[in-house]
Amino acid sequence: MRTAVIQFPGSNRDRDMIAAITKISGRPPVVVWHKETALPEVDLVVLPGGFSYGDYLRSGAIAARAPIMEAVRAAADRGVLVLGVCNGFQILTEAGMLPGVLMRNATLRFVCREVRLEVVDTRSAFTSRYRKGEVIRCPVAHMDGNYFAEPETLKRIEDDHRVAFRYAAGTNPNGSIHDIAGIFNANRNVLGMMPHPENLIEPAHGGSDGRALFESLFDSVAA
Amino acid sequence: MHARVTVTLKPGVLDPQGQAIVGSLASLGFSGIAGVRQGKVFDVALDKTDRAQAEAAVRDMCEKLLANTVIENYAIELRT
Repeated sequence: MRTAVIQFPGSNRDRDMIAAITKISGRPPVVVWHKETALPEVDLVVLPGGFSYGDYLRSGAIAARAPIMEAVRAAADRGVLVLGVCNGFQILTEAGMLPGVLMRNATLRFVCREVRLEVVDTRSAFTSRYRKGEVIRCPVAHMDGNYFAEPETLKRIEDDHRVAFRYAAGTNPNGSIHDIAGIFNANRNVLGMMPHPENLIEPAHGGSDGRALFESLFDSVAA
Repeated sequence: MHARVTVTLKPGVLDPQGQAIVGSLASLGFSGIAGVRQGKVFDVALDKTDRAQAEAAVRDMCEKLLANTVIENYAIELRT
């Protein structure tokens, strides 16, 4: 599988993402600096976690207007898979590639801990290796993960089965509406999620529940 | 020409920061506060002199960057 990881100034989970992709796929991703205007030929583009531009203005707002994002948008329109984790999810919403917005955590506290995620929909290149309704472990680490969308947008997301992951009962760490932890775009080739599957891929991490997300992706390209 | 852009949360959008400020004001002894909503102010210096052009440009800036119109409203005041 050919992958690219985009680096913005302030990305800090890029190395974790590169390590996870390299370990699971056996092939290191191409690392693309945000000032580039073109992407290499790839099957998957990843926007990693971090604090791009120090969260200035709004989390992900400046990065969403970076030169590379036009190419990411065009790739997504062609059907290339795009995964945004944490700050990457914030960037995708700010870029208008996913609906809604990620607001300050309702607790006003940075949250860094493990949560439980319900796998809501397995009909995607990102989630096919999970079982529907399965509850997995996954770490979160963010200040602005409180997902919000207007009622009509929320209804559309739910009606179209575009919620990929929800925080399992009692583990919503940020006040997200409908316990939403991750959503797909309408074509289901773009996924944004606040939790970090790249940080739970092997026993040394204390678990490997995140691994199936990457294996799903590699399956979808091999198929 | 100068533009002052005020960005505020739309009614109904939860503002935990505003709520925390209400709590802090109460602890300082301020009473009778029905609520606080936190927003942002941007002062934009423009080299345009035409009011209509300046307003159109600043509106475009608000739509494309300064506000996230999913949750925020904006207001523009122009002065020379």
